[in-house]
Amino acid sequence: MKFGIVVSEGPYTHQAADTAYHFAKAALDKGHEVPRVFFYHDGVNVSSSLTVPPQDERHIQKNWSTLASENEIDLVVCIAAAQRRGILDENEAKRQGKDAANLAEGFRISGLGQLIEMGIEYDRMVMFGD
Amino acid sequence: MPDAKKFLYVNRKAPYGTIYALESLEVVLIAAAFEQDVSLAFLDDGVFQLTKDQNTDGIGVKNFSPTFRALGDYEVTKLFVEKESLEERGLDPSDLQEITWEDEDADWEEKPSIRIVSRAEMADIMADQDVVLSF
Amino acid sequence: MSTLHTVNKSPFGDGALLSCIEHCKPGDGVLLIEDGVYGALSGSAISDAVVARAADVTFYLLEGDAKARGLPEGKLLGQVTPVGYDGFVDLVTEHDRSQSWL
Repeated sequence: MKFGIVVSEGPYTHQAADTAYHFAKAALDKGHEVPRVFFYHDGVNVSSSLTVPPQDERHIQKNWSTLASENEIDLVVCIAAAQRRGILDENEAKRQGKDAANLAEGFRISGLGQLIEMGIEYDRMVMFGD
Repeated sequence: MPDAKKFLYVNRKAPYGTIYALESLEVVLIAAAFEQDVSLAFLDDGVFQLTKDQNTDGIGVKNFSPTFRALGDYEVTKLFVEKESLEERGLDPSDLQEITWEDEDADWEEKPSIRIVSRAEMADIMADQDVVLSF
Repeated sequence: MSTLHTVNKSPFGDGALLSCIEHCKPGDGVLLIEDGVYGALSGSAISDAVVARAADVTFYLLEGDAKARGLPEGKLLGQVTPVGYDGFVDLVTEHDRSQSWL
């Protein structure tokens, strides 16, 4: 089956990004597909490349980036939610006249249409948030 | 629309204290362009999103409640509001803003978008969907 | 046609579990995850509602979340079946849709 996963709370504050990660891994282990994960609300903060957790703690952003590169998962960060919260890719940073971008590897910024598309095309949608 | 899926957007949170209500509405506005069968559910504290006379001047935040009245222009015409949730909060339908849509097939007659439903009816509506998104 | 509901909040500070219980249909599944696992405690203010609804709805809890929170196994309602993340995935496939009580 094709699973669409939505993460709508920020990392470390809320368990949602962790639960979603374990769920995605379990789905892939069982031979299902996870073509795309959509990050919304504070969930967009998972994609910050400036995240530096203590060494003995899980690295939520890196875990997602690795899982995505190993399984060709499209990690989509909502552009409107991301801009509100200071997450920018190179293009957007330039366009907005900012001196740095902070979107981590494996993530891309796009619109809410990507979320609706998941609902239309995939077999199941599972949301993790608060 | 033979291939249209039924999408339900579930709103259980009050506006302004958190951003969920506003960002839920932003999803619905985008969703309208995809020609799916869209419904909105308002229950629990979600019913507070639809109260009339919202005025955010004093908190310096954008008042997004007028946007609900524009949903009809996006062909989003089914806003299900749970009767029990209103009653539990001391509200009745007259406390909600009037939201209408124009029915193309009935000589552009203005029809109410808000439909007050019982908890049992809300459960039936939820069970009748292809995709349920909660914000 | 049935729904898998997920509830991730403690029922002692939030109405999500009760609202879910009042809106689910016979044959549905309710999976308690994250702080939602506290809803599986027996002898609590909420347990009668869970037990009553368990007559026609199947309750599950995410085992890792219950263990992380030190919920004593002997105090968990017998009506709530523990599952792992793999079981969570199976539940999503076995039901026609999933609804998160966020």
